[in-house]
Amino acid sequence: MAMPEWLRRRRSKHENGEEAGTWTKCPKCQEVIYRKDLVENLSVCPRCHYHFRMHAFDRISLIVDNDFAEVGGDILPGDPLEWIDKKSYPQKLAADREKSQLTEGVICGFGTLAGFPIALGVMDFNFRGGTMGTVVGERITILLESARERRLPCIIFTASGGARMEEGMLALMQMAKITSAVTRFMEDGNLFVTVLTDPTTGGVSASFAFQSDVVVAEAKAMIGFAGRRVIEQTIRQKLPENFQTAEFLLEKGHVDMVVERAEMKPALARILDYSLGGHEVAS
Amino acid sequence: MNVIVEREKGLLELEKRIAELRTLNANQPVDLSAEIAALQGKYAQIQREVFGAMSPWQRVNMARHPSRPVAGDYLAALDRFDELHGDRHYRDDPAVIGGFAKLDGRRIMAVGQQRGRDTKENLRRNFGMVTPEGYRKVKRLVLLAVRLGLPVVTFVDTKGADPGIGSEERAQSEAIASCLYAFCSARVPIVATIVGEGGSGGALALAIADRVIMLEHSVYSVASPEGCAAILWGDAGKAEEAASRLKLTSEDLHAFGIIDEIVPEPLGGAHRDAAGLIAATLQRVAVALDGLRALTSSRLLEERYRKYRRIGAWQGRNRETLSAVR
Ligand SMILES: [Zn+2]
Repeated sequence: MAMPEWLRRRRSKHENGEEAGTWTKCPKCQEVIYRKDLVENLSVCPRCHYHFRMHAFDRISLIVDNDFAEVGGDILPGDPLEWIDKKSYPQKLAADREKSQLTEGVICGFGTLAGFPIALGVMDFNFRGGTMGTVVGERITILLESARERRLPCIIFTASGGARMEEGMLALMQMAKITSAVTRFMEDGNLFVTVLTDPTTGGVSASFAFQSDVVVAEAKAMIGFAGRRVIEQTIRQKLPENFQTAEFLLEKGHVDMVVERAEMKPALARILDYSLGGHEVAS
Repeated sequence: MNVIVEREKGLLELEKRIAELRTLNANQPVDLSAEIAALQGKYAQIQREVFGAMSPWQRVNMARHPSRPVAGDYLAALDRFDELHGDRHYRDDPAVIGGFAKLDGRRIMAVGQQRGRDTKENLRRNFGMVTPEGYRKVKRLVLLAVRLGLPVVTFVDTKGADPGIGSEERAQSEAIASCLYAFCSARVPIVATIVGEGGSGGALALAIADRVIMLEHSVYSVASPEGCAAILWGDAGKAEEAASRLKLTSEDLHAFGIIDEIVPEPLGGAHRDAAGLIAATLQRVAVALDGLRALTSSRLLEERYRKYRRIGAWQGRNRETLSAVR
C-alpha cells in the first residue's frame, strides 16, 4: 500500500530512506546494524530483539491503514513558568522541534486500523523525553472528547518520562484533566486501549496508561511508576535486569499482553473486533 | 537539616530569656519590665525578618517542619472519626488513614496522608509515602462514600508516592491511576486540603476535588524539589534552585487557578498555633461543603470536569506558525 505523501514527509529521516546507507548501533547488545536492514525489521534489533524507540509518525504509518487526520496539531506550548536554567524553556522546545521534527510530545488523530475507524494518540520520546505538559494534556483530552462524540474506540501509545518539570504544577494537573476525559469516554461504553512502549513511567504511567480497558505492552519496554535510577538510589542496590520490563509486568499481572512490534497491528485489530459487541439489546 | 528549624533556634532562645526574666520580675523588687519590653520588641522584629517573606525553599522546609500539624491532627479535631482499615487485598497502609467522620454534625468520609511526628512514627508510616495498598484503601473509601452519599474530605501531606521495589511489584502506577479515576467520577462533593507537602502524583491522587484549600506555607509541586533537580540537572543537591523555579507556593498556585483558597498561617507557621489553625481550616472545609451541597450530582460532575478541563488549556496566545515543521 502506498504511503500518503504527507506521512512520508513527516516520518523520520532514517525511515523515509534518507539515511538508509548509514550504520547504527543497538544500544542493548552493541550490534552494528545497517540502517536499511533495521528499518526493514521495523526498528527491532535482528540480533537481540531490542525494540528501538520509534518516531511518532513512523509508528502511525505502522498502525493506520493509509489515512490519518491529525487533531490538535495547532496547539503549541507556551512558557507559563517563564522557566530558565541552562537554557530557557522555549529554547529547549525549539531544539527538540528541530531534532524531532515534531511540534510536541504527542500526535493525535483519526484513521482506520485494519478497516476499523479509530482515534489514535502516539507519544514520542524524542520530544522532551515524551514528558507530559499542557499541550500533551490538551491534545489527548481533545482526542478523547472527539472520540466520545464519534463513539469510536481510542488507542493511545505511551512513551514518557513523566510530567514535564518546566511547566510545573500545570503539567501535573494534566493527569487530572486526561483522567476526567477518560472517565467520560469509558463510562459511555467506548473501548479504550493503551499500548505501553519504552519507556512509560511517572505521571503518564500513573494515569491514563493504566486506566484503559486493555493494557498492551510492547515487548521489552520498560514500564513503571518510579524510574529505575530513583529506585536504585533509594534502596542503594542494583535492580534485577528484568525489573519493570513488559515481560515482568505480564508475570505480575499488571498488563493484559506483551506484543512484539511486528504483531502489534494484527493484535490491535483482534481487540478492536470485540468492541463491536455481539449481544443485541432489544430496545 | 530543616532550614526553618535552624532559623527558629535563636528565636526559641529569646523566648526562653523572656520567660526567665518574667519569672525573675515577679519574684524580686527590681523592675525589669523595660528590659522585657525591649527583648519582646527584638523578638517581634526578628520574627518578622525570619518569617515575613520566606523564599520558596524556606516554604518547602516550613511544609516539612517536624512540629507542623499532620493529617491525623485534623482528623482528631473532628467531632467523630471512625477509622476504617485496609485495602481488602494485601495490608493496611499506615501512611494513609481514613474513615467515617463528622464535621460539625456533617457526615463525611475523611482521608489523610499521615507522616510521622518523630523518627519512630515516620518509619512506621513510611514518611507519609503511600504504597499501592494505601491508594487502594483510599479508592475503596471513596467508592463507599459515593454509595452512601457522603462527601469526601481529604488532607494531603506527602513527599510523593512510595518508590520502592514492593510498590512497583504491586502496581503503584495502577493504584494511583485508579484513585484518580475514582476521584474524577465520584458523584459526591470532594474537598481537599493541602496541609503540608503536596508531592507529585502521589499527592494528586487525593487532591482532585471540587474545592482545593491550601495552607499558606504548604507547598504543592509537580515533583519534590530534590526530585526535580535530580531529573533536570542530575543533582538532588540543587533542590533550593528547583524550588525557586517550580512555582510551588500557595500564592503561585492560586494565581494559576490550581487551588481555590488559602488559609493564612500565624507568623512563624502553623505549629505556632496548631489548634487555632486546625479549627480555622476545618471551618473552611465546612463552608466549602455547604456551598457544594446545593449542587445535583450531575451538575457537580460537570463543574468538576470543566474545572480540570480548563487548567493549562490552550488559550490562543501561545499559537505559533507551523510552517517551520511542515
Ligand atoms: Zn541488539
